[in-house]
Amino acid sequence: MSEHGQSKDGYDFAHPISIPLMLSVFGALLALTILTVAQASFDIGSLDIVIVMVIATIKAGLVMAFFMHLAYDKPFNVIVFLSSFAFVALFLIFTMGDSKLTSVDFEPKVDDEASEVSEVAVVDTLEQVAATESEQATVEMEETVTE
Amino acid sequence: MSTIEAAAENAHDAHGHDHDHPSFLAHHFDTPEQQFDSGKLGIWLFLVTEILFFSGMFCAYAIFRMLRPDVFEGCSQFLNTKLGAINTGVLLFSSLTMAWAVRCSQTRQNKGLVAMLASTLSCAMIFLGVKAIEYSHKWEMGLLPAGLFTFDQNNPHPETDTHYLFYICLPFMFLLAGVVLWLIISLVRGNEFHVKCAKPLTVVAICFFVGIGLGMILESGDSSHSEEEGLEEEVMMAEAVELGNESVLQKISRDDTNSGAKSELIARARQSDTAGTSIVQEGQIISGAIVSVEEDVMTKRQAGVFFSIYYCMTGVHAIHILFGIGFLVWLLVRAVREDFNPQYFGPVDYVGLYWHLVDLIWIYLFPLLYLIR
Amino acid sequence: MSAGSIPSGNQIKDPGYPTSSENYLTNSKGALSWLLTLDHKRIGVMYLIGVMTAFFGAGLLALLIRLHLFRPEGAVFSGPEANNWYNQVFTLHGAIMVFLFIIPSIPAALGNFLVPVMLGAKDVAFPRLNLSSFYLWVAGALFFIAALLASRLDTGWTFYTPYSTTTDTSVILATSGAFILGFSSIFTGLNFIVTINTMRPPGMTWFRMPLFLWATYATSIIQVLATPVLGITLLLLIAEKVMHIGIFDPEFNGDPVTFQHFFWFYSHPAVYIMILPAFGVISDLISVHSHKRIFGYRFIAYSSIAIALLGFLVWGHHMFTSGMGPLTTIIFSALTFTVSVPSAIKVFNWLATMYKGSISLTTPMCFAISFIFLFTIGGLTGLHLGTLATDMHLHDTYFVVAHFHYVMVGGTLVAFLGALFHWWPKMFGKMYNETGGRISALVIFLGFNLTFLPQFVLGSRGMPRRYATYDPEFQTLHQVSTYGTLLLGVGLLISLVVLLRSLYKGERAPANPWGGATLEWQCTSPPPFYNFDRPPLVGDPYDFSDIFWDSENERYVTIEPDRKIAPVEQPEPVHAEGNH
Ligand code: HEM
Ligand SMILES: [Cu+2]
Repeated sequence: MSEHGQSKDGYDFAHPISIPLMLSVFGALLALTILTVAQASFDIGSLDIVIVMVIATIKAGLVMAFFMHLAYDKPFNVIVFLSSFAFVALFLIFTMGDSKLTSVDFEPKVDDEASEVSEVAVVDTLEQVAATESEQATVEMEETVTE
Repeated sequence: MSTIEAAAENAHDAHGHDHDHPSFLAHHFDTPEQQFDSGKLGIWLFLVTEILFFSGMFCAYAIFRMLRPDVFEGCSQFLNTKLGAINTGVLLFSSLTMAWAVRCSQTRQNKGLVAMLASTLSCAMIFLGVKAIEYSHKWEMGLLPAGLFTFDQNNPHPETDTHYLFYICLPFMFLLAGVVLWLIISLVRGNEFHVKCAKPLTVVAICFFVGIGLGMILESGDSSHSEEEGLEEEVMMAEAVELGNESVLQKISRDDTNSGAKSELIARARQSDTAGTSIVQEGQIISGAIVSVEEDVMTKRQAGVFFSIYYCMTGVHAIHILFGIGFLVWLLVRAVREDFNPQYFGPVDYVGLYWHLVDLIWIYLFPLLYLIR
Repeated sequence: MSAGSIPSGNQIKDPGYPTSSENYLTNSKGALSWLLTLDHKRIGVMYLIGVMTAFFGAGLLALLIRLHLFRPEGAVFSGPEANNWYNQVFTLHGAIMVFLFIIPSIPAALGNFLVPVMLGAKDVAFPRLNLSSFYLWVAGALFFIAALLASRLDTGWTFYTPYSTTTDTSVILATSGAFILGFSSIFTGLNFIVTINTMRPPGMTWFRMPLFLWATYATSIIQVLATPVLGITLLLLIAEKVMHIGIFDPEFNGDPVTFQHFFWFYSHPAVYIMILPAFGVISDLISVHSHKRIFGYRFIAYSSIAIALLGFLVWGHHMFTSGMGPLTTIIFSALTFTVSVPSAIKVFNWLATMYKGSISLTTPMCFAISFIFLFTIGGLTGLHLGTLATDMHLHDTYFVVAHFHYVMVGGTLVAFLGALFHWWPKMFGKMYNETGGRISALVIFLGFNLTFLPQFVLGSRGMPRRYATYDPEFQTLHQVSTYGTLLLGVGLLISLVVLLRSLYKGERAPANPWGGATLEWQCTSPPPFYNFDRPPLVGDPYDFSDIFWDSENERYVTIEPDRKIAPVEQPEPVHAEGNH
């Protein structure tokens, strides 16, 4: 942004960011938020995680570059901050990769204790459910639902 | 280099400026810029630790989502997209006002600085208010971390006498009462400084309840539906089970609101779709449906883990908001005291960076938790 | 440097002795002037007392463990609870040693004292943060003591799930303690990075920094990057215990191997938090006491950074047998070998520094030499453990125990003691009894080897770690080890006595008792509370050519050729026509 100019060493280092820039960044952020919410109503399949992450990363980039002044900051600070993402990636890739590799041997526990019956009742003991009087309602409502 | 020369040079370095060591410059720094740069590097390093701190939870999220996509799909429907989106907007706005506050502190606009800090704080409070609605609603439904998970499909809204919302609001009520009292006392005493601090803080404290109201309005739009459709819900589940046909999902997929109880409806219908012949044309979901032939995901070992991760991530995030509020209040008081100037605006900048990071994390949390289809 | 008389016609530079109003130890009085001090030197001294206390306590527990293992059926604890007692004792020993002693020992205690002085700064960048990180350390220590008094923690220092989530022992107290200690460590590291980046006086370029500062810098990088992951791991573990979040707990479909990934993502880099500062200390000690320029300065400096970064790539070598995927194991094994390269570079450089140096066998030098010996053994056995096939056999045996004690005790502790003896005159202004110091170094060296060398044999013969009883065939080796411990304890006590005695009976220390060229030797001993009244003159930290032994006053002095004020330079008038 503003130039260093002929400032006195060590005393003039404030570089205020311009208001129009801030407002337009905010506008862009809002637009992107609306975009992410909107895309969720479309079924794009497994691609959607990629899309939302890309949008989120663009938003994060805007916040970092302008609101956090990273675009004007000392290169060292930029490196410091961005390198943290490299370490996060390292951590995630190894840990997730290993979980993926070992997941074939992993048998998830299924809740089937007696106390939990009510939760799984709908699935497991359908006949019983059907046998209750709600069956009546079911039939009736079914018609409404299917029109 | 000879001693004498060097000594002369050093003396120049240390005392070359006529305005040597202003009151805001700590004794071990030579220039305000050195002080600012140190603080700035310090805060960036701190943000690095924050990112790595959160990375643990993102890692847990990624692993679990990778292994159990069906659970995530099912459970995400219980999160109200409207509330999440509103909160995203609120936080983004607070980031704007925070950046603006930094600008004000750099350009010696003290009134503007106080106003901007107060708006940032208000947004933070609104965020918490909305969050309180979200949390209390889920707690009432028993959508809790795995060990405490008590959600029951057949009775998604059990009668409870625990008024979670009230308990969450209680500390904020005390806060509001305290601030108002402070305002009144300082008005009576005519203490200008205190009035100047207490006024914006009163607005801030009220904003929590604005958030509550906002959350309620958005939520109630849906929950009235959910009441009348309560029966329909079960019907559809049973129906989906019995007929194993497309009609339910078809109808629901036309129901394009993707939030609140309607989403729950979709979710529940889908989970209990034992027949597994979902009409959703997309391969992944069909396979998800096949998995759910054997098991229902709305159990503590499945959905419970999703909600564990949800609470850990949003909870730790909310704790960061609380800390941020603390720092911002401190800044506000100092701003009223007119502590900041173009050579000493470091604290505003540092808190600002922290605040933007909290926003940054929410930018990722929102799509990752609320927008899973 | 050269011994003997000082060449004439030179100016002798020596700061003399501090007055008691300058001396940082005495410039202000009263308990509060210590407890609320922002002076990095006083904070360093308080840390020193703290970590030594922790070391003493955990050392006593170690003695208990070894005495118990004197007999196959267990000699100390008896009755039905014997095994539980044993588990609790080794857990507390390990946890206290790791979290309360080794991690803060060199960086926090000595680092706090030395970093600003060596750098030529007045203080660290954030003095208040520095004090608060000390109090966080105290708070964490109190949590640990609470866990000790609640007295049932028996998970080992690693808190592995699922045991830690199912046991009803005081896991939460201890993990909260470790969580708080993590913050203390982060703040210290953050402070040092900023200090080294922004507080260097004019003339102190990166490559004029003493190697101790490079090592501290590398350590701080790890502290900042790795410790937060420990924080979140412990937080999630607490959440797991309180409300079963199902991330680590298999009962709720969590994965204990994930916990191990989380834990070792911190804890392997953490072993470099322990050893890197020791590397820094040894680089300085070897060079000063050999009175010879350090060999391969840049290699040592860069290798510290390399270790810090590579250290993040190898955590999986602790989990070879825990059920990681085969591909992951192979990758981690291969990466483990890369880390030994920079470590080896350092060892070679130290040896090359000593080669043809004029070595004074002072106490610090004795410790430094035993460090090289012991660390080499520890590091090389690490390679056996990093090899997949051998680790299948050696994992969770006494071989691992011996390996990490060689690096942590033989490495870090010995370097810590060396550093303490080296900078003791600077810190407290007193000389200790050199003979006593040397004897203690020798006894510690012998006692240490007697304790842990047999454990390599035990481990490779199949003695598993963390058992309260053992097969009688191992008895002889276990007994040798226990005798070794007693000897080691005697050696440590001798050190303690020598140091404490010096405070009362010791001679006044000159500013530069060893002939070091780094900046801390340019202040008085002890330094004044302001360190330097003006930014010091920074020279080459390993250039000993103008440091001479002043035998009259038993001190080293810096000499400078007598010079007049440098004449004002008169540039030769430029003759334009010369260019024609
Ligand atoms: C120089 C290269 C090093 C290599 C290649 C290395 C390798 C290893 C390996 C493979 C293990 C796992 C053994 C097993 O559990 O089966 C291990 C354990 C260990 N190492 Fe090292 N290591 C090295 C240096 C260090 C250093 C410098 C320290 C500490 C100052 C250290 C501390 C430890 C500790 C504490 C353990 C055991 C942790 C536990 O299970 O409780 N190592 N090392
Ligand atoms: Cu390791």
